[in-house]
Amino acid sequence: MSIQLGIAVTHLVNRKRPTLVSLVGIVLGVAFFLAVSSLMRGSERDFIKRLIDNSPHITVSDEYRNPRVQPAALRWPEGAVEVRRVKPLNEVRGIRGHAQKLAFIESLPGLRVAPVLTGSVVLAFAGRTQGVTLTGAVPSQMKRVSTIGEKLIEGSLDALASNPNGLIVGVGLAKKFSLRMGSVVNVASAANEARALKVVGIFRTGGASYDETQTFVSLKRAQNLLDRTNRINRFIIQLDDPYRARDAAALIENRTGYKSVSWLEASEDLMSVLLVRNIIMYSVVSAILVVAAFGIYNTISTIVMEKTHDIAILKSMGFHARDVRRIFLVEGIMLGAIGSVMGVLVGLGLMGVLGQVSFKPPGATQVVNLPLYWGFEQYLLAAGFAMISAVGASYLPARKAGRVQPVAILRGMG
Amino acid sequence: MSAVLAAEGVGRVLPGEIPVTLVQDVTVAVERGEFAVIMGPSGSGKSSLLYLLGLLDTPTSGRVLLEGQDTSGFGEDELASTRLRKLGFVFQFHFLLAEFSVLDNVLLPVRRLGELAEDAARQRAETLLDQFGLRDHRHKRPHQISGGQRQRAAIARALANDPSVILADEPTGNLDTQSGANVRQILRDLTHDFGKAVIAVTHDLTFAKAADRQIGIVDGRIDPGWRM
Ligand SMILES: Nc1ncnc2c1ncn2[C@@H]1O[C@H](COP(=O)(O)OP(=O)(O)O)[C@@H](O)[C@H]1O
Ligand SMILES: [Mg+2]
Repeated sequence: MSIQLGIAVTHLVNRKRPTLVSLVGIVLGVAFFLAVSSLMRGSERDFIKRLIDNSPHITVSDEYRNPRVQPAALRWPEGAVEVRRVKPLNEVRGIRGHAQKLAFIESLPGLRVAPVLTGSVVLAFAGRTQGVTLTGAVPSQMKRVSTIGEKLIEGSLDALASNPNGLIVGVGLAKKFSLRMGSVVNVASAANEARALKVVGIFRTGGASYDETQTFVSLKRAQNLLDRTNRINRFIIQLDDPYRARDAAALIENRTGYKSVSWLEASEDLMSVLLVRNIIMYSVVSAILVVAAFGIYNTISTIVMEKTHDIAILKSMGFHARDVRRIFLVEGIMLGAIGSVMGVLVGLGLMGVLGQVSFKPPGATQVVNLPLYWGFEQYLLAAGFAMISAVGASYLPARKAGRVQPVAILRGMG
Repeated sequence: MSAVLAAEGVGRVLPGEIPVTLVQDVTVAVERGEFAVIMGPSGSGKSSLLYLLGLLDTPTSGRVLLEGQDTSGFGEDELASTRLRKLGFVFQFHFLLAEFSVLDNVLLPVRRLGELAEDAARQRAETLLDQFGLRDHRHKRPHQISGGQRQRAAIARALANDPSVILADEPTGNLDTQSGANVRQILRDLTHDFGKAVIAVTHDLTFAKAADRQIGIVDGRIDPGWRM
């Protein structure tokens, strides 16, 4: 044990009360840091998990990210003449060459894809009408990329395969139109096609607007209703690792030319809200540690004041200013290290208690536990920040101790 | 040139609105094995001179030579290292660290120097304490032993790194006659038997008589006509 360490330990051991008080500050600071961090990060993960589970990881649609450049602009990029009233070519919408594109996407590892055709239709039943979004899909493919099949409270997705005139609606729409299983509704599209479809399933996702405006039919039925025989206008993709979505979307967009939006991009605003929330949370819990560091500052500067004579003796004996500084820095490091270790333990205890808390959110049917995050990095973050605060807090008194002039003290002693 | 410690025209002025002159133009040399005392009225600058000779303070004029080496260019760290290795201090009030045992106090400079392994360092400290009759007190705290024992422990600590010069500021000023005589004898033996140089500030006439040389200081200067 180095002599500086020995002196530092002696100082702290002989001042149990102030040492304990400043330790308690750090311990509580670290524990609170961990409890808040694990709750906030836990709820964030819970939220993201819902987001990932309930939305496509990547949606490839029949749109381009940038409007197509007019041929004239390509020919004369520097041209000063603007051709007005140019209307884009009337094209039949849909993904061109979708069979090859589907084959390409399917060749990528770690993902599942379903081609769908979506469009707007008008639903009419018992004298009421409403515009809804119609999605045509092959049930077996849809099940691999969406949780909608699990959200059915009546009927099943497979009924769309066996009944070409089957229709699946959300619980909100069913309530509004007083639809039940087996009800027959009229569905009309802008392509002047109309058909009577039979309700073969009712789903509830929990999203009120989704449950009121989304409907599902088989892909074939959607294609004739929307008059787009053999066409599809969207690929829905689900990944094994949702966090690869951004890269995979970029690759697919690059190869197919169609706009591919990952869930990360689609929820960019939510993600930035979560980031801001994390910044606020970590600022607050770090501020608590800074306050705790004042306890360390107070303890160590009191020791420096009490020990001015000892410092003068050590320096007269031949201790360098840096030896003296080191003594008090070591005291800060020890308080920070012991406080961090104990703080992490108390924090784990606190998280354990929080993990036991269960409650029933308003409107929910099931009891839920607080979502907690147990990730390793937050312990490092809390302990690291506690250490930085502790060393910072001991730095000023240590510097002051290093500057003690032995002669000034000795003169005072006569 | 056998002077182990020498001052050449040393002066020390405290800067300030009204500068205070503590020491003026002191030239003095102490040899190996010599026991010198500094005497003079209270406030005449004896302690100030001792701090300059002990490299605790730096002169504003003149220079101090230790073992023939000019110390005037030394930085703070170099001065500290020189004190650690070559100089030992004994003050009027014992100045042991209250939180450490007598043995640990003596070990402080040895451990800081770091040239001896822990066992050898302990061995050395215990030998010194034996020599001064403190063997049975080595694990006590300073407040658990008498004033004379504390002063002997302080001498043991000053000797811990085998310095060439011991500087003492009124080492018997706070002791009873018996303990004072004991400390005096120890310092005398150090010079005559172990070849150390001892420079001690004192008011004690018996102590001064035991020394080889008496240096008188009045108003910060050496008084050549000083008589005890
Ligand atoms: N910091 C200081 N400011 C002003 N005067 C001082 C200071 N330190 C010491 N003195 C004065 O310097 C003189 C010498 O002091 P000192 O060396 O302690 O004398 P001695 O040890 O002979 O009693 C004294 O008159 C003392 O009052
Ligand atoms: Mg004095």
